[in-house]
Amino acid sequence: MNFRLVWRKSLNVVMLSLTGLCALLTVSALFFILGYLVWNGGKDLSWNFFTHLPAPVGEEGGGMANAIVGTLKLLFLAALFGVPIGLLGGVYLAEFGGRTVPFLVRYTADLMNGVPSIVIGIFAYAMVVMPMHHFSTLAGGIALGIMVIPTVLRNTESFLRDVPRSLREGSFALGANKWRMVATVVLPAASRGILTGVLLALARVAGETAPLLFTAFGNRYWSPGWMQPTSSLPVIIYTYATGPYEDWHRQAWAAGLVLLGLVLVTNILVRAFLSRGTAYERT
Amino acid sequence: MATTPNAVTPTEFTAQPRSLLRRWTGADEIAHLITLIAAAALLLIAVLLVYQLWTLSALARAQFGWKFFVTQTWDPVSGDFGAAPFIYGTLVTSAVALFIAVPLGVGAAIFLAELAPPKLSSALTFVSDLLAAVPSVIYGLLGVFLLVPLMRTTIQPALKEVLGFLPFFQGPAYGIGFLTAGIVLAIMIVPFVLSVSREVLLGVARDQREAALALGATKWESTWKVVVPAARIGIFGSVFLALARALGETMAVTMVIGNNPKIAASLFSPGYSIASVLANEFSEATGNLYLSALIELGLVLFLLTFVLNGLARLLILVTTARGSGVLPT
Repeated sequence: MNFRLVWRKSLNVVMLSLTGLCALLTVSALFFILGYLVWNGGKDLSWNFFTHLPAPVGEEGGGMANAIVGTLKLLFLAALFGVPIGLLGGVYLAEFGGRTVPFLVRYTADLMNGVPSIVIGIFAYAMVVMPMHHFSTLAGGIALGIMVIPTVLRNTESFLRDVPRSLREGSFALGANKWRMVATVVLPAASRGILTGVLLALARVAGETAPLLFTAFGNRYWSPGWMQPTSSLPVIIYTYATGPYEDWHRQAWAAGLVLLGLVLVTNILVRAFLSRGTAYERT
Repeated sequence: MATTPNAVTPTEFTAQPRSLLRRWTGADEIAHLITLIAAAALLLIAVLLVYQLWTLSALARAQFGWKFFVTQTWDPVSGDFGAAPFIYGTLVTSAVALFIAVPLGVGAAIFLAELAPPKLSSALTFVSDLLAAVPSVIYGLLGVFLLVPLMRTTIQPALKEVLGFLPFFQGPAYGIGFLTAGIVLAIMIVPFVLSVSREVLLGVARDQREAALALGATKWESTWKVVVPAARIGIFGSVFLALARALGETMAVTMVIGNNPKIAASLFSPGYSIASVLANEFSEATGNLYLSALIELGLVLFLLTFVLNGLARLLILVTTARGSGVLPT
């Protein structure tokens, strides 16, 4: 064996192992993050955490019930506002669109998907908070809803496009007109994929902090109705983690664990159960 | 709504002009219209977004003009605003993030696309997708309580020891600062580099690999000299995409960058980024000029990510559209 061959072979082994190391490092980050949160936040999770309001500084106990409910309310609004637009827009692109408008919509959706979430926050501030002159759950919900639209729209479109032609032709042959074909044949056939997209989009905005800072703001108490500022898990984690009190830090870890758990469990369940297999054979 | 199904009547297939009334009461047309409105709503939101950013920043734009981008003072009390420290901070932290994330992400993508057995590859991709779903405030939490102390006591002194002759690694080790923010960002964007690069690499035709191997190349040589070059444009695309993410990332950066509007060569120095100043000061901004200056920062951030995302999509489109991965040189 000459020297050159030995060199090439060792380079091969070394570099390929390095790529493996890169993959290992990347992937282990998730387990590390999860483990570290469980380690730090697990011990402060109690029943009180889910049922009580935050305690005043220095007092023991207290929970984040208002933040958890706040996050759920914000997600509800985001779904209410974002999902119909995204869903119907997706149907338009896949089923009704011509040439120019769909191109424009698709391009805009991709663009909006890349807009930093804090800029969306400014927009919701300008559209909702400024006219109303105060922060509100509604403003936060709209900010999150805007972030949901592009993902749901593009995802719905791509799953609708995957529905085989034969299904469409079959329903036409049975005498259905187009809306009936879409509503009773194509949409149900693609429903799993569409639902996956909706849930993943909601899981993503559940953890968004930046667009809520100056829309939903924060609240130490319960937020009645939709027009008051509300607490939410991501914002309270930020406030507590950057605050000066030891108590707050411990609560922030616990809240972080709850939020991460919520997001990861949704992701895993959705990806594992819903996206596996569809009502038809994907080609 | 029409009460009778009328899709397959002879009139559908002749070119007879239908009355306007008939047109608008047809179920298909109504469905078409409703979905069109939904699609148009997205366009409207995008147009309104740009319009609001533009008009609400008018005051600051009129007051400071282009000077806004080079002025280093940020003084809400005297009403003197300049964006330079924030733009600098955003660019520096993103550059640090890319410096770490690109080799890591592309390396991992090579492993997943070229070496790992399919089952392992898809399992690891699944984990990487989950990593991309971790909220940024969680990264910030770990950054504040784990990385910052670690940087202060271990990493920064070590860097100073070894590379202290470079201007980047000088000054006191606070723990917070550009370097820490860049590292947190790097961890956050690796999954994006990884998943797009992996897809682009998988798109390179099998023949290319086999031809290289048949010529006597080692596995690494075929990967590095044939597959990676064929996919390079798409990999650049993934880098731009990740860069756009890094520029706009708010929470994790805000929590560890130090929030000090200062331009400094040293990466150990506390700084500020566009997104962080928005997160910290927007809800407390008093006075129209202050708010307007902040919104102009938002506009700058929007334009930066807009251009980068556009470029990224173009590059990824170019490689994947060619499918075979055979690219003109």
